[in-house]
Amino acid sequence: MPRSNRPPYDAPDADGRFGTYGGRYVAETLISALDELNALYGELSADRAFQDELATDLARYVGRPTPLYPAERLTAELGGAKVYLKREDLSHTGAHKINNTVGQALLAKRMGKPRVIAETGAGQHGVATATVAARLGLACRVYMGAEDIERQRLNVYRMRLLGAEVVSVESGSRTLKDAMNEAMRDWVTNVDTTHYIIGSVAGPHPYPMMVRDFQAVIGREARSQCLEAEGRLPDVLVACVGGGSNAMGLFHPFLEDEGVDMVGVEAAGLGLETGRHAAPLAAGSPGVLHGQLTYLMQDGDGQIMETHSISAGLDYPGVGPEHAHLKDSGRARYVAVTDEQALEAFRMLNRLEGIMPALESSHALAWVIAEAPRRPREDIIVANLSGRGDKDVPVVAGLLDAGADGVDGSPDGGAPA
Amino acid sequence: MSRLAERLAAQRAASRKTLTAFVTAGDPALSATVPALHGLVRGGADVLELGVPFSDPEAEGPPVQRSSERALANGVTLEHVLAMAEEFRRDDAGTPVVLMGYLNSLMRMGYERFARRASEVGVDGMIIVNLPPEEAAAAQEAFRARDLDLVFLVAPTTTTERAARIAARASGFLYYVSLKGVTGATHLDVDDVARNVVRLREVSDLPIQVGFGIRDAASARAVSRVADGVVVGSALVDIMGELADTPESIPPRLEAWLGELRSALDAP
Repeated sequence: MPRSNRPPYDAPDADGRFGTYGGRYVAETLISALDELNALYGELSADRAFQDELATDLARYVGRPTPLYPAERLTAELGGAKVYLKREDLSHTGAHKINNTVGQALLAKRMGKPRVIAETGAGQHGVATATVAARLGLACRVYMGAEDIERQRLNVYRMRLLGAEVVSVESGSRTLKDAMNEAMRDWVTNVDTTHYIIGSVAGPHPYPMMVRDFQAVIGREARSQCLEAEGRLPDVLVACVGGGSNAMGLFHPFLEDEGVDMVGVEAAGLGLETGRHAAPLAAGSPGVLHGQLTYLMQDGDGQIMETHSISAGLDYPGVGPEHAHLKDSGRARYVAVTDEQALEAFRMLNRLEGIMPALESSHALAWVIAEAPRRPREDIIVANLSGRGDKDVPVVAGLLDAGADGVDGSPDGGAPA
Repeated sequence: MSRLAERLAAQRAASRKTLTAFVTAGDPALSATVPALHGLVRGGADVLELGVPFSDPEAEGPPVQRSSERALANGVTLEHVLAMAEEFRRDDAGTPVVLMGYLNSLMRMGYERFARRASEVGVDGMIIVNLPPEEAAAAQEAFRARDLDLVFLVAPTTTTERAARIAARASGFLYYVSLKGVTGATHLDVDDVARNVVRLREVSDLPIQVGFGIRDAASARAVSRVADGVVVGSALVDIMGELADTPESIPPRLEAWLGELRSALDAP
């Protein structure tokens, strides 16, 4: 696959801009902490010893590399392009989130900060943060929206077992965005002792760049694994996009591979036409929230709108600024799938491959299910299976028991069509 | 010179400490705001800060968060806020009014359109919590064209070198954030404020108002000894929330409460 003749992709610039997006729109109190973090990260990203330490942790603690799995029965069922799954669900703690928290925990250690905080939606980032905090002996507090605590109880319990304090956020829409507001308030108060481990490629510079770099191990592995298995690069990459860290991690190492298409899948919730969704790239407009200029779901007065998705991890009204840039530049395209389509993909992967995907990842799979049959058998699709679905069993069981999607709760109810 | 700069210069010339009072527009009712502003002026406010409610007020503590939520529940928009400023201006041509809020509200309206409207209704400046100078060029250009002051914040974590750069771009006054924390926090350290304000004076002649964490006459008086003035907000919006069911009692209560602070600031 030819590399581009265009200048190398080197966003963000020194001010943290991806095209016009990104930046540092934060209260003045946080600027010095962001400067410190940016300087240290700049130093360490070129520091061999740090990179070796990170690589060792990723291998021995996270369990990397994760497999690139050829989903043969799914491929046969769909009757088109060959589908590979990048198995981030097999990482320690069950999702890609740990790639980032391992890296940021090493940064916290270098900065001498004894306490870390995090926001979490589905709880996977909270668990991944609590995990690295336990391992390094750091105090840990996780902010989580009250509504998410309700629908992701298993992860709340896991975080507490790991020694983290989970704080229920009752303000606003009681979901991920409000948890992030509360984490920013904690950070501004405890900035001397605390490192804020943001869980996505979102927030003020340098977070979108730094989290992307930590997650880019996904794409680097997938690129060489695909070359090894197929002797060529894939035709298309697909990943779900909430804040967008698993997608950015997969996409970034391929950005200069011109023949590789990229598709980000947002949560269309009950349908884009209903307004009850979480798809700012598909149906939002640029604005400033949580330190970044990016696409947001906002009303005519600039108030951030409440979002809806069956998947707590995608239930966020913004998106990482690099995705906003990739959308505008046309290098990646963004689509949205509904709760119902994601649920169907969830069930189909269980039955055909014996893999239970997270509801977040199920959004990417729903796109694959629609797209693969339209493509020739020679095409290769790499889908990021960003996490496992154990945490979602209560939600899915509740919906199936209620017959919400038109089938009963029996294991073989409904046809995988 | 803007109305805000003129007022602050006059305050300094008269050795009078500046008392700046914050309330959120539309809290607890749309009709409550203008009478509240007049009550604050009667109580001794020299400058008014009118909060533009935002759905995600990430730098605010619980009092201002609750106040924003009450205001948004009333359907307050930026146009409403500007209309309130206009109504206030009809009966008070002298007291500077500064809007305080988050960038997205202004970005959504468009900086030029906002600046034109703000200037038309008699608003004097802006404090935008999440707009550090590095990101402010476009907004500031639009504000300058309409003689609106853009007030920047300086924090305990701001280096002296950076404070000098901020001061060089600021107009109106410098807003010194008295503590590492959110509005309404309770861990104010007056000695720490004094050290930092002295440091700030070395790099700027602009008036320095100190806000965040000033909740009563004692803390106001202590902080005003080192600064040009103080900003109070959380305590005021708490009063407005408590009196939501009897809005007619809000202006006299604000007047009385602020009057005590005024006396403490003016006491020899």
